[in-house]
Amino acid sequence: MNSDTLLKETDKSLLAGREYTGASRIDGPLVYMRHTHPVGYNELVEIVAPDGTIRSGQVLDTSDDAVCVQCFEGTDGLNLPDTKMHFLGEPLTLGVSEKMLGRVMNGLGKSRDGAEVPASEDERDVNGVPMNPTAREYPRDFIQTGISVIDGMMTLIQGQKLPIFSGNGMEHNQLAAQIVRQAKVRGGKSDFAIVFAAMGVKYDVAKYFIDSFEETGVLDNVAMFLSLADDPSLERTITPRTALTLAEHLAFDKGKQVLVIMTDMTNYCESLREISTQRGEIPSRKGYPGYLYSNLAEIYERSGKIQGKTGSTTQLPILTMPNDDISHPIPDLTGYITEGQIVFDRDMHGRGIYPPINCLPSLSRLMKDGIGEGMTRADHPHLSNQLFASYSHVQEVRNLASVIGEEELTELDHKYMEFGDFFEKKFVAQRFDEDRSIEETLDLGWQALSILPAEELQRVTDEEIEEHYKG
Amino acid sequence: MQGRIVGKVKRVNGPVLTASGITDAQMMELVHVSDLGIVGEIVKLREGEATIQVYEDATGIKPGDNIYGSGMSLSAELAPGLIGNIYDGIQRPLEELKKLSGDFIGKGIAASAVDHDKLWHFVPSVSVGDKLHKGSIIGSVQETERVVHRVMIPPTVEGELVVSSIVAEGDYRVRDELALVISDKGKKTSVSMLQYWPIRRPRPVADHADLREPLVTGLRVIDTLFPLSKGGTVAIPGGFGTGKTMTQHAIAQWCDADIIVYIGCGERGNEMTDVLREFPHLTDPRTGLSLMQRTILIANTSNMPVSAREASIYTGVTMAEYYRDMGYNVAIMADSTSRWAEALRELSGRMEEMPAEEGFPAYLPTRIAQFYERAGHMKTLGGGEGSVSIIGAVSPQGGDFSEPVTSHTKRFVRAFWGLDRALASARHYPAISWLESYSEYTDEVKDWWNGQSQNSWSANRQKIMELLQKEVRLQQIVKLVGPDALPDSQNFILEVCSLFKTAFLQQNAFDEIDRYCSIEKQTKMLSIILRYYELGLEAIQKGVPLVKIRRLQVVQDITKMRFSVSNDHVDDIDKLELKLERSMMQLGSIYEQ
Repeated sequence: MNSDTLLKETDKSLLAGREYTGASRIDGPLVYMRHTHPVGYNELVEIVAPDGTIRSGQVLDTSDDAVCVQCFEGTDGLNLPDTKMHFLGEPLTLGVSEKMLGRVMNGLGKSRDGAEVPASEDERDVNGVPMNPTAREYPRDFIQTGISVIDGMMTLIQGQKLPIFSGNGMEHNQLAAQIVRQAKVRGGKSDFAIVFAAMGVKYDVAKYFIDSFEETGVLDNVAMFLSLADDPSLERTITPRTALTLAEHLAFDKGKQVLVIMTDMTNYCESLREISTQRGEIPSRKGYPGYLYSNLAEIYERSGKIQGKTGSTTQLPILTMPNDDISHPIPDLTGYITEGQIVFDRDMHGRGIYPPINCLPSLSRLMKDGIGEGMTRADHPHLSNQLFASYSHVQEVRNLASVIGEEELTELDHKYMEFGDFFEKKFVAQRFDEDRSIEETLDLGWQALSILPAEELQRVTDEEIEEHYKG
Repeated sequence: MQGRIVGKVKRVNGPVLTASGITDAQMMELVHVSDLGIVGEIVKLREGEATIQVYEDATGIKPGDNIYGSGMSLSAELAPGLIGNIYDGIQRPLEELKKLSGDFIGKGIAASAVDHDKLWHFVPSVSVGDKLHKGSIIGSVQETERVVHRVMIPPTVEGELVVSSIVAEGDYRVRDELALVISDKGKKTSVSMLQYWPIRRPRPVADHADLREPLVTGLRVIDTLFPLSKGGTVAIPGGFGTGKTMTQHAIAQWCDADIIVYIGCGERGNEMTDVLREFPHLTDPRTGLSLMQRTILIANTSNMPVSAREASIYTGVTMAEYYRDMGYNVAIMADSTSRWAEALRELSGRMEEMPAEEGFPAYLPTRIAQFYERAGHMKTLGGGEGSVSIIGAVSPQGGDFSEPVTSHTKRFVRAFWGLDRALASARHYPAISWLESYSEYTDEVKDWWNGQSQNSWSANRQKIMELLQKEVRLQQIVKLVGPDALPDSQNFILEVCSLFKTAFLQQNAFDEIDRYCSIEKQTKMLSIILRYYELGLEAIQKGVPLVKIRRLQVVQDITKMRFSVSNDHVDDIDKLELKLERSMMQLGSIYEQ
């Protein structure tokens, strides 16, 4: 450190102390101020409202003429002449601490439960920095969720990002709660922690999770960041970043296996669209900003494992597909970034199947390296492959049956219908409190396949048929 | 701080800056912004103002910060040491960055693309007085066990050249002078192993050559049905989860190119880690050497800055052209070009340009065309031949192939491997749709293929494509009235197509035997399936019921031949064919009586 940089440090604190009064324009969450000292891009701002309350904001656009600041906590009550600003000379940071587990905070990491915010161990830029791909460790440790269709067909791996594509009114919250309750790594004791980020959800939903964590007794291991439906929409755009900043600290500094649940990503994207429109940016598909992909990637890519460290961050984002449309920009772009997806199906939901997961469009990209001998069971890869192939044929048979009638089907097709029913009602469906081991899941899968004649099973080996097939 | 000051920051809006007080900065000049040393490039100049796109996160840049010019365009460093390395979008070696800034990529850090201190054993191939010209090879270096790096005179050195000095065989660093050449105009140029080339400009060649030889990938659906020439271009479009990346990986692993440049453009970090973890352990079926010995990786993951994503494609293709100039066949996997197009859109939006379709800038088709036009089978300046093939993945929004990136890409590529969601859902991999895909190279590679397959390829390919077309029409009937309504002879077509799909089109990337299929095995597999069709049809005409044919043991054997017959024992398929003929004859004779 030479005298030059020291000088800058003092400059910074001098400038940070300077207060500017009088905004030139206020538009939605954006406040414009003219004639300031040169302000850095992304710098953190303290906005003092005329009534004396302090709100935080961030510099979105800076020029030698004017600064555009987005105010996280809403602009209501601000006026042009009396609004004051302090530019703090550094980007938005979060003071991270292991003691944040068991606490409820708002989207910016400030206390929401009345108690003091724990003293921070380190200040971190909430935007994070990209992980070097050469430093990553390829994730391959299987997480048993106790839910057959997930464990068997779209296995969750430590360090993965696997979103739930749901629709309004379906049981995604129950499923997320069930996963939190049942998730375990087999064969070893591991130090689990949960970071929960709620963006724009209703209070009842947040309450549901709090209650469910309390019931299971995991509440002390959960850090909650809540930005509810009535909180300013801008706060939502920071919430997942704050949550992930803590998650990274817990995983890579404290060696914990962190499961991050984020709900609902659709609200997050809506907030981005709102701000983008207010800034007059050129929209791309359905009015969402052109940088939606990069922006979502900055969130989703913050999961994984690092070589030589024990911890991991696993993401389970929940998003509701507008109109159940999987080709809507939000699920579409998410699917291109995440390592697979768990897709809910309105039709299965209507037939009372819980969890209503349609396994055909669902996928876990990291599954291939986390299953099989030594990890789950030797027959798992072929078995899941066969179940996918057979169940996909069931759909063709059902289509045929709806045209020509079920009676007209061949004997083989009848078997397929029977297999399809068993698969949905026995294998996929399970109780909310039912925790199946991977062996139970796989045996159930074989039980389903045993309905079909052995020569229809092309994806499994003869030895596997010998050992497991009971037709 | 280095360099001359060319201006000051006026406005910061994400990765796009406006600068004022611009003195002598050039278009596309590489600049460093503020004392943070953030790398950027000048993309617009207007009346003393410039627009600059920066390749790193712009946090902390302030109006009034200095901009330092470097005097050159954003260029790739070309020298021995590229192979086996992994870079970010602007050719910074990620391993070096890890040493400098730990597990996460810090800001304003720089490292040269190749190690400048490493000694390479140089063997000269010219002597004093030899007459040369630009692109001539002056000697070589063993870069990896597999790749001989040929040291060339840079293509910027003009005129008739004479070697005035050349070093003896020995160990040198990349920047050491190896030779001195004098042009007919008397200009002296020092030649070392190191060259720089601006990434947005194609490297010059002597001429184009014909595309006669296919790029053999070992994937049956590609090689047999929709082949790609060495020097050709192809797009692989597919929605998420249809297996674009898996297909790209498989081609990168098994294709017969000499050098692979794998560009992970805006994709997942874990996927790049997977390549890094897997490739060193995989061996090339042709040479038995590790695949990393012929691979250059560019990993610009989706959370890295968007401008670097835009640049990554050009960085990759420049390195590919450099090895082409040495006379190699290079294949580029670009995964995914949509992310690159989106980066263009994002930057264009930040520059407040007028958008065309779906917010993409109006120059999108021009940029796509320019990129694919850098592929080709070329006569190099050095007098040899080399090729660059481009295999570009496209990620259409919502899986809709009519969106701008897919539809424009289709105009500039000559082959199209469309991935189908229904196939992927049924775990039919590679999920390349045989109905939507095409290749314009089938004519060009016909002679090569027929030479490899006793002249059977064109005819057999034609036959099976016709059957697949017929199957579509029959399936429509089946959907309406059920399979029982069709006569056995037509049902048999469905049967053969279904066999063709499971036994031939599907390929298991994780199976030791099935993941790579030699040309000879492909030929025999196709011909036995067509033989089954011919014989089966004859038998049905004799009155044999379809069920009996379907239940033959030999049919099960054919279904499993992709796993059971290894590439070294393809004669087993001939034996299988004999067995097929015998079984069919027996069956026929029972019903004839």
